[in-house]
Amino acid sequence: MNPLFKGGRGDLVLRAEAVCKSYDEGMIAVLKGVDFAAVERQTVALCGPSGCGKSTLLHLLGGLDQPDRGRIWVNGREIGGQRDLVRLLRHEVGFVFQLHNLIPDLTLEENCLIPTFAAGIDRRTAQARLRQLAEATGLSHRLGHSIQRLSGGERQRTALCRALMNKPRILLADEPTGSLDEYTSAIVFDLLLDLVATEGVTLIMATHDRSLAERCDRLVEMHDGRVNEPIPA
Amino acid sequence: MIFLRLILTNLRRHRVRSFISVAGIAFSVAAMLTVVTILQGAIGMFSGILSSDSQIIVFERNVSDLFFSNVPAAAVEQISRWPMVLHADPVLFGIVSSSDHPIITCFGVTPEDARISHADWISGNRRDFAQHPDDVVLGERAAEFLAAALGSKVQIGHATFHVIGILKTANGFEDGGVFMPLAAAQDFFHKDGVSSVITIKLRNSEDVSALKSRIKAAFPNLIALEDSEFNQSYSQFRILKATAWAVGGCGLLLGGLGVANTMIMSVFTRIREIAILRVNGFSHFQVGSMIFGESALVSVFGAMAGLTIGTSFLFVLKLVPALHGYVDVTMQPFLMLIVIFLAVLTGVAGAFYPTIYAMRVRAVEALRFE
Repeated sequence: MNPLFKGGRGDLVLRAEAVCKSYDEGMIAVLKGVDFAAVERQTVALCGPSGCGKSTLLHLLGGLDQPDRGRIWVNGREIGGQRDLVRLLRHEVGFVFQLHNLIPDLTLEENCLIPTFAAGIDRRTAQARLRQLAEATGLSHRLGHSIQRLSGGERQRTALCRALMNKPRILLADEPTGSLDEYTSAIVFDLLLDLVATEGVTLIMATHDRSLAERCDRLVEMHDGRVNEPIPA
Repeated sequence: MIFLRLILTNLRRHRVRSFISVAGIAFSVAAMLTVVTILQGAIGMFSGILSSDSQIIVFERNVSDLFFSNVPAAAVEQISRWPMVLHADPVLFGIVSSSDHPIITCFGVTPEDARISHADWISGNRRDFAQHPDDVVLGERAAEFLAAALGSKVQIGHATFHVIGILKTANGFEDGGVFMPLAAAQDFFHKDGVSSVITIKLRNSEDVSALKSRIKAAFPNLIALEDSEFNQSYSQFRILKATAWAVGGCGLLLGGLGVANTMIMSVFTRIREIAILRVNGFSHFQVGSMIFGESALVSVFGAMAGLTIGTSFLFVLKLVPALHGYVDVTMQPFLMLIVIFLAVLTGVAGAFYPTIYAMRVRAVEALRFE
């Protein structure tokens, strides 16, 4: 069996071809011709030492940055202009970062409603979706609470809810448990895998934690800006 | 709702900074409103003097100020004989000083002039006016600051005059002025045989154009204008109006710079938040609207506070006895709308650069920003 399809079902949702990225006017080459792909409902762990390009690859796959060379397709469409990027971030890709990146003055509910507001989803639909996700993540009793009153684990779960609010097909997670203690990290990761399975989302996760990575369908090693993955024709 | 919360959150987060920005706009608006209202009131009062019981004003062509205008007595005589003219009254303006009062406006008028014949005489008899060259009539406030009463002597400029009457008038300039017989004023100001203007009332108001044409033909060095035309074209009024708007505009510019500074700080201190919004699907337009919205809110609050402060200040000025009659506090909705519009425009202009900056924030870089 082609390892590319391990654990996944159906179509290719993400594909990168010969992607290069460098900083400081080419002085620092971070990605040196990366080929990568993921299929629907698959969980993929990107592993590798610090600076090998995991986060950069996630940013490129989610449209937060543009490659210097190479091409990227999300759900069969090549990432292109600004309008495409906004659509991508609103409907097709969700991000979870190592830091929760929530807006501290807003409540949990308001933070989670930001993507739905951006996408123009009506409030009633958005709140129904939020209730569903809050229940799944055990945050129902915290909806009206300020972010400052939440624990680290709760904040990361909130970030997870927010990333899934608009029902994206792909979740990109950059060290999602990196700022949590071991116990909380395990709880949040279990929840992440549960949600990904329930929602039918493809997860691409950058992590240093081998034990977490091994629980994913695929473990992709990155080294010195390169990934060697067979890409189906 | 979320959008409004995002706007308000930042204003509430930096309350002192927001307050200072609102105060900057408020004081600018108040300054503009006060200066423009006072000057427009003053212009209104001055034009009120000229349009007292008249429709047309005649003065020397191409003079920069009516005080320099010389209209010959022959012109007054000739014009007053024209059939279409009900009455033509020469008025000579002059400025004198007395001890403690550097500026007193003097009006050289005839006994038939409406300012004398139709005035509300507090004391004295209108029939006594112009019986003697040393006689003067004072406005009520002039009598107050000159500490003069009926029959007393007052020193005005280099001469002493006998007070034969005191008038009450709503016009600040007239109320603080001195009325002299025209001949005495001509003598006092060394303007023999001339007046500053002629104010004309017609028998039929439809004859305005005909009168203007006739004056142009008969007296090429004089110009006749309707009161409304005069208000729009008189260079001194135009200078005053321009000055008022310039002073107010400078105030608003300073307020706008305050808003710009606030908004720049606002954007710089939450670059990471802007990046979070971008990652969560906010478009450039939505980010820009949020910054503009914040600025517009500051401007609207500032404008409202400024209107309240300015109006209150004008009413206080109106109550000051020394300024009685000089401050005409008539709130003009159009002026208020202009001031609010300018305040919001200034605020929004102040947010222009910060907005562009915020719209250009690259999420991937900003997320690394601490």
